Amino acid sequence: MAYPYVSDKEARVVSQGFGDPKQRRIDTYVERGGYGALKKAFGLSPDAVVDVVKASGLRGRGGAGFPTGVKWSFMPKQPTKPHYLLCNADESEPGTFKDRELMRWNPHQLIEGCLIGAYAIRAKHVYIYCRGEFFETNQVLARALEDAYAKGYVGKNILGSGNDIDVTVHQGAGAYICGEETGLMSSLEGRRGLPRVKPPFPAAYGAFGMPTTINNVETLCAVPHIVANGGDWYRQWGSEKSPGTKLFCVSGHVNKPGNYELPLGFPLASLIEDVCGGMRDGNSLKAVIPGGSSVPILNAEEAMSCKLDYEGCVTAGSMLGCASVIVMDHTTDIVKAVRRMVDFYAHESCGQCTPCREGSSWTAQIMRRIEDGDGTEADLDTLMQITQQMVGTTICVLSDSVAPPVQSSIKKFRGEYLARMKAARSTEVPVAVPAGVA
Amino acid sequence: MSTTPPTSAPTAAPSAPAPATVTLTIDGQTVTVPKGTTILEAAKTIGTKVPHYCYHPGLSSPAMCRLCLVEVEGAPKPQPGCVTTVADNQVVRTVSDKALGNRQGVLEFYLVNHPLDCPICDMSGECDLQNYVHAEGREHGRGVEPKRVFGRDDFGGDVLFYGDRCVMCTRCVRFMSEVEKDERLTVVERGNRSVIDTFFDEGLDGTHWSGNIVDICPVGALVSKAFLHKARAWDLEHTPSVCASCSQGCNVELHTRDNVVQRVKPRENLDVNGWWMCDYGRADYEWMNEGDRIEAPLVRQADGSSKAVAWKEALGGLLARAKELQGRPVKAVVSARASNEDLGALAELVGALGGGEIVYRSPRSAEEIVLQGFPTLARRKDLAPNVKGAELLGMHRVGADDATGGLDKVRAHDGIVVVLGDALADQDERFGASAALYVYVGTQLPVAARAAHVVLPVTTHAEQEGTFTNHAGRVQRFWPALTAPGMARPAWLVLGALVGELSGEAVPRTAADAYAALAEAVPAFGGLAYPKLGARGALPMISGAAVSSGAKGA
Repeated sequence: MAYPYVSDKEARVVSQGFGDPKQRRIDTYVERGGYGALKKAFGLSPDAVVDVVKASGLRGRGGAGFPTGVKWSFMPKQPTKPHYLLCNADESEPGTFKDRELMRWNPHQLIEGCLIGAYAIRAKHVYIYCRGEFFETNQVLARALEDAYAKGYVGKNILGSGNDIDVTVHQGAGAYICGEETGLMSSLEGRRGLPRVKPPFPAAYGAFGMPTTINNVETLCAVPHIVANGGDWYRQWGSEKSPGTKLFCVSGHVNKPGNYELPLGFPLASLIEDVCGGMRDGNSLKAVIPGGSSVPILNAEEAMSCKLDYEGCVTAGSMLGCASVIVMDHTTDIVKAVRRMVDFYAHESCGQCTPCREGSSWTAQIMRRIEDGDGTEADLDTLMQITQQMVGTTICVLSDSVAPPVQSSIKKFRGEYLARMKAARSTEVPVAVPAGVA
Repeated sequence: MSTTPPTSAPTAAPSAPAPATVTLTIDGQTVTVPKGTTILEAAKTIGTKVPHYCYHPGLSSPAMCRLCLVEVEGAPKPQPGCVTTVADNQVVRTVSDKALGNRQGVLEFYLVNHPLDCPICDMSGECDLQNYVHAEGREHGRGVEPKRVFGRDDFGGDVLFYGDRCVMCTRCVRFMSEVEKDERLTVVERGNRSVIDTFFDEGLDGTHWSGNIVDICPVGALVSKAFLHKARAWDLEHTPSVCASCSQGCNVELHTRDNVVQRVKPRENLDVNGWWMCDYGRADYEWMNEGDRIEAPLVRQADGSSKAVAWKEALGGLLARAKELQGRPVKAVVSARASNEDLGALAELVGALGGGEIVYRSPRSAEEIVLQGFPTLARRKDLAPNVKGAELLGMHRVGADDATGGLDKVRAHDGIVVVLGDALADQDERFGASAALYVYVGTQLPVAARAAHVVLPVTTHAEQEGTFTNHAGRVQRFWPALTAPGMARPAWLVLGALVGELSGEAVPRTAADAYAALAEAVPAFGGLAYPKLGARGALPMISGAAVSSGAKGA
């Protein structure tokens, strides 16, 4: 198989079927051991399933990295109301393209993960909230779900176990904010996709007001493997705090961009050089965003020493996020790149909270002015301050996501900004001021 | 989103019976409030007003304006005071450097796209954005970018929308969906392109309560067409009053300038109208400003003409004639728009003259218009403020639902006829022509008052102090907002003076005296006095129990 690019450094767990068109068929999936973990899970108590996942140390792959087993254990043990499991498949972080591939190539792996998760949290219904733009993915998922229903893996009395679990694929309409967990719930309920204030937390009052757990696609895809092989097996990769494997979506100026499943803790330098075949055209590295556009930018020096796990990225001055590695070579215009990211946030802000609604577009306006050569050095101070005013002051963290690219780029690439300033432009023509006008 | 905040454990299972109150510290002051109170409401109890836009006590709290963020010791982030409930031993700071810095930051964001057109904005002077920025905002703005422009939109009804001024608090959207329960407004688009809009061409036409969204709009985004550019907020005098448009008795404020009522605004009273009032009551104030008023007592001369005379002369002549006729049956017609004091004085006068029959006419509508989200508030069927007061005084209703007819007996009466306040619009100049004495007490001079022997000019409720009794029996005070024209005086004073002369009783000097006399004479008004009524009214007490249960706020 030569799914766009593969590397022998990879530890392929969830990405096993990538590039294999047969994998998405239910017969092939079952032949290769699929739905075995589901049978195994049904033989355990729900709490025992949670314990296995807890033991594996699996952390949420959507970006926050919260331990999955712990999150599941927040759900009430004695359901008095319907529970829901939501699968967040609204993958829209700039730089991320792992969930789409997981669903396209191996939809049954996700369905199996959803079923095990639902069993563990005592939910009878799973919603897979799939990004609207993923047209093909939605079709693949729908087809896979139809097959799974037909074969009795989903629905009433699954595999004669007496467990009823329904799965619904819900197609979003293309809003970044609907990937925020409470925004996703609002959207799923048929309202505007507006995040809600927490508390109440989803485990107490989530979708439709019922106890709800929400997990990322990649998280749920890892679950069948963990249940089948045990928590210790998963810990053969990664570190004590960041165990297991992770899909890295590498984009940008490398020779072989793509999805690579690597053990957590993999060195970023090796990812670029060995796995991705180095920088394009032999260019030199300028900057790396290790976790999607919402995390601070690393300069080349920081990137070279960065270990790709939750702790390693923090040590390097950034965050692992959803492991969307955007690599930029020396030809990159950092100001333009950051401006483009900020434009994205300004466009995607839901508009509820004032700091985000006004701050993101104001930041974008200033960035645009600087890019156009009309900025001043004072604008940089303004940018630092207004982005700081957007951190921790809003309902969700979209607002917080504007600050990292702006602040880190100003700190680390200040020279590029200054070179853009009005004062630095040699073509500046002094404007004649009429007498009497100060 | 790249980051999904961790889900935390649901609240612990209920243990021992929880204490009913919580004690915390706000800005160094110890506060004890009922459990479940929000920080914002707890702060109010010690007089600390935490700035806010999206929060309104009558609506749900989306916690989206981010202005009420306060510092809570131990919390990693500032907490929205409007939804964060108090906890024991919590330490809250609303004016710390952090809290102030945060508010200054948020206020700066509000000004990024605000047009700052205060000089031509109706809200200027009573605008929460203006007030907060003046109090806590940055000295100088840093915004140099072009501002977003939405322009102006006619929302229908009395509401005009200036999109540029909007702070996107969504109070208006929530009022329409949660209180009026008629979803006519929504937010369209997202981010800073968000704007309040109506659905297609539907607008607010046909709604009954949409005027309230103008009141709850914290800025000048929603303004009243009727009030547009009429007066500056700082020129208006605010007088507490009671709406006279139906028997609900909504507490209102009359806003006046230059002795003209410019607008009517609801006044908070959770027992009657909450924070709201209907669009009919809100629009029904022009009559208070009418200029065709009787400004002096008029006495009919031998040749049939009328002569304006001084009060002394008018009342003197009237008394002399009344004494001659004392004992002749009296027939009186009153308006249910007259105050309890006025009606009480008239009842006393009729008694002093030897007794008779008092009737009232009042318009009625076929339907009540209930405010769905605050169902104790409705535009009542009785379209006059004091029908209950008249009934309690033993007066009875005559005529049709449009307040016409029913006066045939009075019209042909040959004894004493007294009319108080009824405009007699359906009567001609022969009305009262056969009466031995016809006294017309009113504000304007209708054709049907031509035959009156004496016409006495009195004030409207906007020009005098008094009380109305609402449909639930609640007695509520109003205060004079306007100066009465010419020699017009409150009816209780005029009629009270006549009663005093006829019966030898003390003449009431103030409206409070007049009410006290009424409370003493009529048990249904008992147990109350002006100081006890306060600005929000009360139910009369008979042997310690309220006469009828009052409407409780939702």
